[in-house]
Amino acid sequence: MRRARFAFGMLGFGYAFLYLPLALVMIYSFNESRLVTVWGGFSTKWWGALFANEAMLQAAWLSLRIAAVSATMATVIGLAAGYALARARAFPGRSLFGGMIIAPMVMPEVVMGISMLLLFVGAERLFGGPDRGFLTIAIAHTTFSISFVAIVVQARLADFDRSLEEAAMDLGATPWVTFRTVTLPLIAPAVGSGWLLAFTLSLDDLILTQFVAGAQSQTLPMRVYSSVRLGVDPQINVLATVIVSVAACALILSGWLTRRKA
Amino acid sequence: MRAVIALPFLWLGIFFLLPFALVLAIALGTNAPDSVPPVALGASLKNFALLFTDDLYLAAWLTSLRIAATSTLVALLLGYPMAYAIARAAPARRPLLLMLVVLPFWTSFLIRVYAWMGLLADNGLLGQFLRWSGLADNPPTIIGTEWAIHLGIVYAYLPFMVLPLYATLEKLDGGLLEAAADLGARPLSAFLTITLPLSRPGIVAGCLLVFIPAVGEFVIPDLLGGTRTLMIGKVLWDEFFTNGDWPLASAVAICLLVLLAGPIALFQRQQARSLERRT
Repeated sequence: MRRARFAFGMLGFGYAFLYLPLALVMIYSFNESRLVTVWGGFSTKWWGALFANEAMLQAAWLSLRIAAVSATMATVIGLAAGYALARARAFPGRSLFGGMIIAPMVMPEVVMGISMLLLFVGAERLFGGPDRGFLTIAIAHTTFSISFVAIVVQARLADFDRSLEEAAMDLGATPWVTFRTVTLPLIAPAVGSGWLLAFTLSLDDLILTQFVAGAQSQTLPMRVYSSVRLGVDPQINVLATVIVSVAACALILSGWLTRRKA
Repeated sequence: MRAVIALPFLWLGIFFLLPFALVLAIALGTNAPDSVPPVALGASLKNFALLFTDDLYLAAWLTSLRIAATSTLVALLLGYPMAYAIARAAPARRPLLLMLVVLPFWTSFLIRVYAWMGLLADNGLLGQFLRWSGLADNPPTIIGTEWAIHLGIVYAYLPFMVLPLYATLEKLDGGLLEAAADLGARPLSAFLTITLPLSRPGIVAGCLLVFIPAVGEFVIPDLLGGTRTLMIGKVLWDEFFTNGDWPLASAVAICLLVLLAGPIALFQRQQARSLERRT
């Protein structure tokens, strides 16, 4: 049992390590002082400043729209990819297909960033478009989010009771009808969490975006990055507090929903 | 089924695979600052030669590999006991414990790296704490050093280490350990001969999930590392955005891709095998 006690000790240490920095950032979002390392008393002035920061709000709105579009595209394509991986055992190019789905998950983002930018520059030379901005960012985000959706869907389909699908087919349902009425409702939670994952990844992406964004568009991470490279900024602490709170609420809600269903 | 395969195949072919051919083409060209885009196509290996002869670039490659490797090791040493503890906890508590590991991942990478800036800064919160607690009268500067980069990587990638480890440890058959104990094995030797080998797929997957992106990491060395430590992802970024040298940045990307092709292929095989085992 001593080994388990050591492991539980490390678990506690790990949680402290993961959460202390975030907790401090959240506490210091209520700091009166501009200096982030000095506590100058309680104040909500940075909260007011952030929510009056027009450029930051615009960037956030752009990021949310891009995230919604790219998560939806990634979910459609990732669902197809995950389904193909789980159900099509052999087809020409399957290992290439599998490789293309896994690789974007771990590929250093600078490599993907420069390659996608060169593709868009090439397309601009050849076809005169698309203009770099919303569309190119959404395409880039879709491309790397597909992997995450595909993995989640594939994992769900792997533990799936196939006799239900077979029964539907035996009763004369076409593959499409079977998919829509039997498979999709059963894997819906996985599809939903795939969408959320893609949404979060898009909302958070800096590097790929910086490469493909062009001169006009500025997303939230780009704004945050250009602000924090100059040093610690109390408004960013407020933003961090908002993001952590939203993520925590969403996770608690989803945990509660799955437990209620189970 | 054909359409189901074709859609992702085409999308990834066009937007993921095809661009690498373009990167290679540009990497063989030369920098032409006056044209738009700033590239003169060609077939010169000069960019690649520069990357492997110039001391600055060589140091950047070696530093990136070294920092990624040591950070991966530290993440494993911290992540393994965490995953083990969660897998040994009461089943009803596991989802909550796991959620606490995953939650940071759902917030924001950039924000989490930023969180360390105020902690590690000169006269930052960590330094203040060390002075106040008497652990160090004159705490050393951490920000701008390799220590800070290691810390940042372990912090940012820890969830990626814990999740695959937990997935294998959770499935571990407890009966095996009981059998070992019945046969007189000490806990430590049971761990070394049963738990550790059986969790190898999780160890490999977790290490690759940390190591591969860490080699090409940009945000962490940029925000926490300062100017003294050069990592290759930052070199690519600076060549592209600061110096506007697209061919050299492309050559860095190609080399990084070749360097990581092995680990990426290994990761993919691991994933495919773990799926096959489930079906």
